[in-house]
Amino acid sequence: MTISANTSSGASASVNLSSIVATAEQLIDGWELVVGLEVHVELATKTKLFSGSANRFGDEPNTHIDPVTLGLPGALPVLNRQAVELAMRIGLALNCRVQPCTFHRKNYFYPDLSKAYQISQYDQPLNVDGFLMLPADVRVGIERAHLEEDTGKSTHAGGTSGRIQGSDYSLIDFNRAGVPLVEIVSRPDIRTSDQAKQYVGELRAILLAVGASDAKMEEGSMRCDVNVSVHKLGTPFGTRCEIKNVNSIRSVGRAIDYEARRQIDLISSGGVVKQQTLHWDDSVGRTNVLRTKEDADDYRYFLEPDLVPLAPDAAWIERVRAALPPLPAARREVLAKLTGQSKASEAVAVIVERGQDAYIGEVAQVGGDAARALIYVQQAFAEEPAVPRVPAGDVAALSLMEKNAKVTSTQAKTLLAELVAHGGGDVLAMAKAKGFEAMATGALESIVDQAIAAEPGAWASYKAGEQKAIGALVGAVMKLSAGKADGKAVTALLQAKAAVG
Amino acid sequence: MSPSRRTVVDVASAVANGSLSAMAVLEENLAAITAREAEIHAFNLVTVDQARERATQIDADVRAGKTVGRLAGVTIALKDNMCTRGVETTCSSKILAGWKPPYDATVVRRLADEGAVFVGKTNLDEFAMGSSTENSAFGPTRNPLDTSRVPGGSSGGSAAAVAAGFATASLGSDTGGSIRQPAALCGLVGVKPTYGMVSRQGLVAFGSSLDQIGPFTTTVADAALLMEVIAGHDPLDSTSLPQPAPSLAGELGKGVQGMRIGRITDMPAGSSPDVLAQLEAAFDALRNAGATVVDVQMPSMLYGLTAYYLVAPAEASSNLARFDGVRFGLRVDAKDVNSMYGATRAAGFGDEVKRRIMLGTYALSAGYYDAYYGKALKVRRLIADDFATAYAKCDAILTPTSPTVAFKFGDKTSNPLAMYLCDVFTIPTNLAGHAAMSVPFGTGEAGLPVGVQILAPALGEAPMFRVAAELERAR
Repeated sequence: MTISANTSSGASASVNLSSIVATAEQLIDGWELVVGLEVHVELATKTKLFSGSANRFGDEPNTHIDPVTLGLPGALPVLNRQAVELAMRIGLALNCRVQPCTFHRKNYFYPDLSKAYQISQYDQPLNVDGFLMLPADVRVGIERAHLEEDTGKSTHAGGTSGRIQGSDYSLIDFNRAGVPLVEIVSRPDIRTSDQAKQYVGELRAILLAVGASDAKMEEGSMRCDVNVSVHKLGTPFGTRCEIKNVNSIRSVGRAIDYEARRQIDLISSGGVVKQQTLHWDDSVGRTNVLRTKEDADDYRYFLEPDLVPLAPDAAWIERVRAALPPLPAARREVLAKLTGQSKASEAVAVIVERGQDAYIGEVAQVGGDAARALIYVQQAFAEEPAVPRVPAGDVAALSLMEKNAKVTSTQAKTLLAELVAHGGGDVLAMAKAKGFEAMATGALESIVDQAIAAEPGAWASYKAGEQKAIGALVGAVMKLSAGKADGKAVTALLQAKAAVG
Repeated sequence: MSPSRRTVVDVASAVANGSLSAMAVLEENLAAITAREAEIHAFNLVTVDQARERATQIDADVRAGKTVGRLAGVTIALKDNMCTRGVETTCSSKILAGWKPPYDATVVRRLADEGAVFVGKTNLDEFAMGSSTENSAFGPTRNPLDTSRVPGGSSGGSAAAVAAGFATASLGSDTGGSIRQPAALCGLVGVKPTYGMVSRQGLVAFGSSLDQIGPFTTTVADAALLMEVIAGHDPLDSTSLPQPAPSLAGELGKGVQGMRIGRITDMPAGSSPDVLAQLEAAFDALRNAGATVVDVQMPSMLYGLTAYYLVAPAEASSNLARFDGVRFGLRVDAKDVNSMYGATRAAGFGDEVKRRIMLGTYALSAGYYDAYYGKALKVRRLIADDFATAYAKCDAILTPTSPTVAFKFGDKTSNPLAMYLCDVFTIPTNLAGHAAMSVPFGTGEAGLPVGVQILAPALGEAPMFRVAAELERAR
């Protein structure tokens, strides 16, 4: 849903709502892609937004229902304080302003909407004017993040489309009805499908970090609607289409790429993009028209008379803000600094996403080498929990052995696998048992010289600048050293010798 | 003492001290029902068995020396838009036929907890939309004082039930005058409490920002006692005020010495002379009792009617959208879901309900919102402002409750606007969310009762009841 409180058109054809401009590489055949996202997340509350029924996914249909959920006559909504608090956490994590707000009724008929209106927020949402920084320092504005209730879930039996039209009958599960949602509406600041994917990924990481939602796209607790338009730089934004049913980060990218191409081809062949709501069909990889603007519902929003305005006081807002855990962006920055990596690097992103950044901090704390620990954890701890079973001290010991060239990187890898397999261990003893000991530099140098003597042709080619030739030389060293030489050290020695002549 | 004149206060104390049995009170009511209900049609349902069971229990409790509530043995009729667990609740509409709520309205629970005995569910204009109870899908209710006339509405059944001696008291709901106007037309006391004072939980909504539940009684003291029981904060209604129930019984003997009573100098015209004469007599009575009458202005009063007929239908159009044949009540099968909605709603709703749904939907529609609903909200603020100015000068205001005494059947059914004008004096209070009540004061045309309306600011129940008690003493 796109809110356009004070205009009836809602069209964005004439105004550019963002000053962000795509770089030359980001243009598609000279067209600029403009994307905004509306992401719905189910909050991880104990109970529903306006009633005491449990908020639980996957149970027997219609087991978490009550008069409010079913919209029985006379039943009245009572706002869930925990839902407000989680919504505030989301808003504050997205740098929003938390403001006094109201609830409205959004009126439309659908069998799984029990009251025939959804209680949502309209012109006075809880959270406004925030932003989210993508890992690569791209700032995506957040227009609003408001509270609303989810609908029930319909299953249409018979017919071919799985839609209500043409079905024999429909089953409705009201367990989901009234589950608290926060709808997070971005500004149209996204210029590539990759950025859109990063946005969804980063948003998901934030939601998980603040504990507001389990954000499982496959279970529908995080759902994306994507607004896509294209235009030529320096001209007003194009007419946008809204794509619904985009249920994975990968689909977000695919749907945008498909839709951008469709719009560009349409305009290029003399057509006009019409404002439409589209349905993404992931199985065939295309969008289909759900409805056009002309037959869009008139939701007849008005102030929900059964609820009173919500005005969280400053003390409450500050309590929620103070209790926020460190967010992914800040954690990436800390980890990047600790390990000497770029905060946009994949290793840093992956470790923070797994929540294992604190563990690396622990390794560093006990004197380990953070940079090596980052690589170990990225490579070997994918299946480990946020707090891995291997004691941080063991990883620290291993990192120091490698750093001090007591073992080669290949040997370190083997030892790491041992640690993971046994949930820790004495790496020194393990290295000894395996007969691992790295060559001292003096011994290594003499073996390198022997290898050069053994492979004169390769040595000549390498010195002449043929990088590939180094393979034969390193291979010879390894053979002579029975695998105990450190590959990196060998390469460095060969480079040094070649440079000297 | 005729059965209809038994008071809540008398019954409660006599039953509690064992000098009167709850069953005796109930049987008097049931006898009156047997004698006249066929003619009056106050009820959609008389719950004889449950009532007898309940009265038996209360009498047993009294005999066993158990503590009984403040309303022990008091027979009460409930407007049929209040949810009663396991007992059909129809709103006098075909669309809810057969629906039995799985829960009690908060007011029902509070009355039951104090020992009340429920006699039945009373007739109303369908979904409380009307001023004569002629809009009931189950046929009109007749005024017990003159059966050729309407009892008023929309809570006409609740008013008639008390006036005919079918119950000691009753509850109605008031969205634009639906308690006060029938109270006036049936010669009863009727209270529209401050918005938020009485829980709406379990009241089938009409205009949610306007609806309030209140009592019909034969005396001011009875109304005060019922208010003390049903009012007070309810966590299940978010619009419920945080205050506990007001203490009103103690106000009744205080008199009006030194109180300032407002007379609206620019009151909308159109009231009949007999009604205006009684209003003057009421001012005189208060003046004689030591009050001062001061002139106040309510220039927005007339516009209240127009604003109300946008705000209430707008909310109703949304509140009544849930009656779609999917989960409860009537369903008329059709070829697809949209046709089913259409067929169900076409068959289930009466003309007045359909008229208001259309009005309200239109008023909220894109392109019309600002001109209609938006403007109505502005008028609503003007009315609140006018009241604020007036209450700076006075403690309460007197007006007629209804421009006329009870009118004849069919008099206004062909002209909705004439029917809507019945509520010109009662509506502004609902728009402002203030307190108001009607008390009988003398008679008019054909010897029929006239009701005088006392308006008071939000939470002004205490001074309002002081004035009401004084008018009752003087009548």
